[in-house]
Amino acid sequence: MTIKDEIKKIRDNVYEVPGSYDKKMRASGRLYIDDDSFEALEEGAVQQIVNVACLPGVFRYSIGLPDIHFGYGFPIGGVAAFNMRNGIVSPGGVGFDINCGVRLIKSNLTIVDIEDHLDDLVNTLFKNIPSGVGSKGKVKLSKEDINNVLDYGAEWAVENGYGWSEDLEVLEENGRIEAADSSEVSDKAKKRGIPQLGSLGSGNHFLEIQVVDEIYDEKVAEVYGLEKGMIVIMIHSGSRGCGHQVCSDYLRLMDKAYKNYKISIADRQLACAPLDSKEAQSYLKAMYAAANYAWANRQMMTHWIRESFEEVLNKSAREMDMQIVYDVAHNIAKEETHEFKGRDMELLVHRKGATRAFGPGREEVPLKYREVGQPVLIPGTMGTASYVLHGTQTAMEETFGSTAHGAGRILSRSKAKKDYNPDEIVDNLNSNGIKIKATSKNVIAEEAPGAYKDVDSVVKVSDSTGIAKLVVKVKPLAVTKG
Amino acid sequence: MKKFEYFDVTADIGFYAYGTDLNEAFTNAGLALFNIISDTGDISPLKNFAFTVISEDKVSLLYDYLEELLFYHEVEFMLFSRFTVKIKKTGGEYQLDAEIMGEEINWDKHERKCEIKAITFHQMEVKENENVCLKAIVDL
Repeated sequence: MTIKDEIKKIRDNVYEVPGSYDKKMRASGRLYIDDDSFEALEEGAVQQIVNVACLPGVFRYSIGLPDIHFGYGFPIGGVAAFNMRNGIVSPGGVGFDINCGVRLIKSNLTIVDIEDHLDDLVNTLFKNIPSGVGSKGKVKLSKEDINNVLDYGAEWAVENGYGWSEDLEVLEENGRIEAADSSEVSDKAKKRGIPQLGSLGSGNHFLEIQVVDEIYDEKVAEVYGLEKGMIVIMIHSGSRGCGHQVCSDYLRLMDKAYKNYKISIADRQLACAPLDSKEAQSYLKAMYAAANYAWANRQMMTHWIRESFEEVLNKSAREMDMQIVYDVAHNIAKEETHEFKGRDMELLVHRKGATRAFGPGREEVPLKYREVGQPVLIPGTMGTASYVLHGTQTAMEETFGSTAHGAGRILSRSKAKKDYNPDEIVDNLNSNGIKIKATSKNVIAEEAPGAYKDVDSVVKVSDSTGIAKLVVKVKPLAVTKG
Repeated sequence: MKKFEYFDVTADIGFYAYGTDLNEAFTNAGLALFNIISDTGDISPLKNFAFTVISEDKVSLLYDYLEELLFYHEVEFMLFSRFTVKIKKTGGEYQLDAEIMGEEINWDKHERKCEIKAITFHQMEVKENENVCLKAIVDL
C-alpha cells in the first residue's frame, strides 16, 4: 500500500486524502488535479500535504493545486489556512522568494504597431532592466531608503517617480501591506536588498511582450480592459536576495522556536511558531516587508518598461495607454476572513506557489473588477502561452480563494541541459515568431519549455473544477530572461 | 579523493562535498557552491574576506556557512574560489572561522551559470566516518 492508494476521488479532477490516513492529521487533504497528473504525482508531494495537515490549527483542508509538486517542507502549488486563534505560521509555507508574483500591463498597441520594432524593444528592455545572476539594480539606495521600500512597497516607488499613482489601485494589497515592519528585517537581508532593487533575477523569472490570442469570456475580458490582438507585457519576478534572506533568517529562528513550543513536525523545513508568539509576529512583519520590497521591485520595472516603449516607439506611455491590469503575489501568507458555515473565520492563509483567486464581491478586489472577481495571472514558461483567469465563489468556498500559479518543473536543470540545445531552442522560438534574449545560453537550455509541466493543463483543471475561470490566453512575442 | 560532486533534484541542485576532515570538507563545499554559480577555475583569488559563524550543531553550521558565502557573493558582488576553514567546538557550540578569496564579478570573464536563491535544510547531512561527507541542496 502506498499513500496514493488511500486517496479517494470525490469528483472530476478533485481527490481527497482522508484525515484517517495518519492519526496525527488534524484536517484532510484535497488535491485539484487531473487523472494524468495524479498518476505522475510524486508520493513525496502527497506526503507533504499530509505533513501540513498535521500542523496545529490547520483549518478544513491542506490543499494541493493543479500544479502541485514537491517543495521544501510545504509542497509548491499548495494552500493551507491556520486559525488565527490557535494556528501557526511557517516560513516554509511561504517559500524563499517571498511575494514572487506576476504583473500584467496592457496597451492600445497591436502587432502592426510593434512588429518592425520588436528587436529594438527586446534589446532596450534588456538594457534598461537588469537581470541575471548577480544582477545589480541601477538605483543607489541609502539605509533609510531600504527601510522605506520595506515599509511602503509600491507606494514608495510611485512617490519616488516610478510609475503612476493609479497603478496602486490595481495591485494586490495596493502594493503595500501596512502591517510590515522594516525593523524586523535583519541588516543582512537589507544589505542583500539594497543593490538588487529594480532587477528581474534569474531562473524562471521573465519579462515578456505578449499578444492577447484568445478570449474565453468576453464580458470579463472587457471589464479587465483586454481585447483580442492587444499587446500586453508580463513581469514574473520577486523579492530577490532580500526575501530569500528573510526566509532563511526566520527558518533558523523557527527551527529553535518550534522545539520551545513543543510543536511536532515531520520535517525540519516545516519549522513554525504559534501565531500569538513573539517569533511568529516578528516573522509576519518581516515577511510583509519583503512582500513590499517585491511590489516596489515590480513597480520600478514597470516604469522602465514604459520608458523602454517610449524610447523605441516615440510615443508617451500615456498615449500607448500602458495601464497595469493587475499584480498578484504567489508566495505569501496573509490574514484573511473566510466564511465557514455562516460564520466569519479569521485565518492566516499560506499560499506557496498559489495565486489568490478571490471571487465577486470581496472588498479586497479593486472596485472596477469587484463584480466579476479578481484577475488571476498564471504565467507559462519560456515561449509558451500564459493565461488570465478570474476568481470565483467556488474558490472562496473550497480553496480559501486560491488557484494554481504556473507550470511546475518536471526535468532537472542538468537533464534539461543534456536534452536541449540552446541554439535549437532559439531557432525554434524564432521560427514561431518569438524573439528571445537571455544573459547566457545555460539559462535557455535549463528553462527549455519541455522542462516544465504543460501550463495549458494546469489552467484547464483550474477552470474545470471552478477554482478560477478562464478569461484570456496570451502568447509571447518576445522574451527576456535573466 | 573527489572534492565534490553534484546530484539531480527536480527543481534545484544538490551536492556532496568530501574531505579527510571537517575543515577540508567545508572548504570543498565552498567550491561546490561557487561552481553552481560560475566556474571557479576562472576566479582569481585577488580579494579576501574573513567571517565567523557559530551554530548549535554541525548540520546547522553547514547551513549557516553556506548562507554566509551566499551573502558575501551578493553583497560584495564577488565570486570566490579559495576557502580556508577552521572549525572548533566551544562549549556546546561549533565555531567556524573562514577566510575566503576571490574576485569581483565580471561577466565578460566569468561564466554565468545559475543564481542561487537560498540554502535548504532538505536532506542536509554531515557524515563523519573515515572521511567526511557533506550533503546539501540549494534552491535555484
